[in-house]
Amino acid sequence: MRFLMIEDNADLARSVCARLALEGHAADHASSLSEADDCLAGTRYDMILLDITLPDGDGRSFLSRHRTAQADTPVIVLTARSAVSDRVDTLDLGADDYLTKPFDFAELEARCRAVLRRRGGTVSNLTEYADLIFDPLGGCVSVDGEARDLRNRELRLLEVLLSAPGRILSKDQLCDRLFSYSEPVSDNAIEVYIARLRRKLEGSKARIETVRGLGYRLVGG
Amino acid sequence: MTQATRQWLRGKATRPASLRRRLVLQLIALSAVLALVLYVAVRLGAERASEATLDGILGAATTAIAEELRSVDGGPELELSPGTFSMLAAMGEERIFHRLNLGGSAVTGYDDLPMPPDTPTALTAVFYDAPYRDAELRLAAVARSLMIDNRPTPVLVVVGQTREGQRAIAQQLANRAAALGLAVFLIAVPLSLLAAGTLLRPIGRLAEAVGRRGGHDLRPVRHPAPTELQPLVQQLNGFIARLRSTLTQTETFIAEAAHHIRTPLATLRSEAEIALRQSEDEPTRVRLRSMIRATEESARSASQLLDHATVLFRAEQPAQDRVDLGTMTAALVDRFLPTADLKDMQIVLHPPTDALVTTGDAVLIEAALRNLIDNALKYSPADSNVSVSLARDGNFARLSVCDRGRGLGGEGLADLSQRFRRGPNVGEVVGSGLGLTIVSETIAAMQGRFELTDRENGGSCATLWFPLHE
Repeated sequence: MRFLMIEDNADLARSVCARLALEGHAADHASSLSEADDCLAGTRYDMILLDITLPDGDGRSFLSRHRTAQADTPVIVLTARSAVSDRVDTLDLGADDYLTKPFDFAELEARCRAVLRRRGGTVSNLTEYADLIFDPLGGCVSVDGEARDLRNRELRLLEVLLSAPGRILSKDQLCDRLFSYSEPVSDNAIEVYIARLRRKLEGSKARIETVRGLGYRLVGG
Repeated sequence: MTQATRQWLRGKATRPASLRRRLVLQLIALSAVLALVLYVAVRLGAERASEATLDGILGAATTAIAEELRSVDGGPELELSPGTFSMLAAMGEERIFHRLNLGGSAVTGYDDLPMPPDTPTALTAVFYDAPYRDAELRLAAVARSLMIDNRPTPVLVVVGQTREGQRAIAQQLANRAAALGLAVFLIAVPLSLLAAGTLLRPIGRLAEAVGRRGGHDLRPVRHPAPTELQPLVQQLNGFIARLRSTLTQTETFIAEAAHHIRTPLATLRSEAEIALRQSEDEPTRVRLRSMIRATEESARSASQLLDHATVLFRAEQPAQDRVDLGTMTAALVDRFLPTADLKDMQIVLHPPTDALVTTGDAVLIEAALRNLIDNALKYSPADSNVSVSLARDGNFARLSVCDRGRGLGGEGLADLSQRFRRGPNVGEVVGSGLGLTIVSETIAAMQGRFELTDRENGGSCATLWFPLHE
């Protein structure tokens, strides 16, 4: 996916763009509304992340301009304001969703997906591995053409495994991707989800292998 | 003195006086005094006038008798003229007594009739009162000298008269005067009520105009007020202006504080997440994780503190928005779905059958609901359900958020809604201890009700009652 981040705080923008790149996304940064207009004139983006307080104007004016121009790129507002009225305003002005800074990256991804799904999924980057076909946006997995019903965490676990097939991923690494840092996680939590995912993927050529003392890896194909 | 009496006395002493009452009481007291003065004046005047008339007749008759005394054959002789008779007859039904003294001893009439205190000088009547034979007499005495045996001898004529008829007339006059006074007083009472009403009407109108303003109406008062009330209105407007500027400053401060705290925290958190992804070293990863947790904690505390500040200052003067609770709840639940999904949780919404509209500050209500749903998601295990139900309950809308979390840990609402107080069973869940404080402050500002209960088979329910306004 291609993101445009409109944010005047250079540190935050750089960091979020780096984080997006880690997840395999492309991200451009505009530090003002005029820069954002330049970016949008030349490139097509799948998602805009918009800050409200910008040096050359209010993010909300960008939103109304964006909607009047009937541009169909979804916008998620990343706001540092917390007043409810501000939040409601941004949604009324046509933002697809909003997140309050600081945000959990997993939640940003989840909201991006929800927005794109609601929009009818203009982006589709299917991942194929062995006989698995994974659609991260639609949140569906099929084994040898047969759809399997996976829950959110099972999907995310599969996504992490699919991002580095054959590589050993430690329990901790998986935990960090699957659970929020603010919730308690029991020692065997990952094992529970691995077991569930294995059951859901039964019959597939792709297997989740336990590497004793080190972690898990996806093999097959 | 008992506690109750003391309180009653204090209540009496500090009860603010009503201007209307004071004005009416003073006007009534004034008219009572006027009515009394009128009564006394009329009564005294009438008594004096009738007494003077009667005294005139009595004196004239006595003088006439004295003048008609003649000396015949060495003794006095009295031949009453018809004029004197008619004067005596004019005295009406009063009883009349007379006495004639010659030289010093009574010669005719009632010889025990009281004598005047001072011996009158020639032919000028002296009047005096004296009791006589069970009656109060008004007496007139006239002295002259008569030539008897060629010697001038002092003669004293005393005529006494009862005054029963006159007293009856005076009583009648007094009764009329009393009736007049009472009438004046009775007319004065409604007139003073009317006057008090008219005088105080501008104050009432001004109070009404100020009272009609909404809680968020901070425009200056422009209502016309009488000159005497102008200083009050000016002070009020000055106060409103100061309040407005303070509120604006507070709002700006909250918004700016939020911005300046959140943005660097977002950077910190994002950087820590990247470092965690890239680091293979376990001790470093442990440190990074605790950094992220601390960021989360401070972000949450900051946002809850700011929310709490917003709630506190808005609850003072809550806006009176029309809030459709069904719509608001559905929108909020919708917002939380991706968050719930991250924990494989579901939020089950039981919407009301009809529109439930309350009047209150939408910002506060939203903050309360958000905190409840956020709590339910935060403290519940993965794969569980949170149910949000909204239904009519008499004149209230009842909103419950129920989870399968860890319950209340034996604490009650009074404990948990204290600032920064968290249950003993929160474990590692990040929180600020302000969520329930925000909820209970909001619900108190709306005059609703808030209950927290443990659920059978684990978990807890938070229930809010909002007064409905149709």
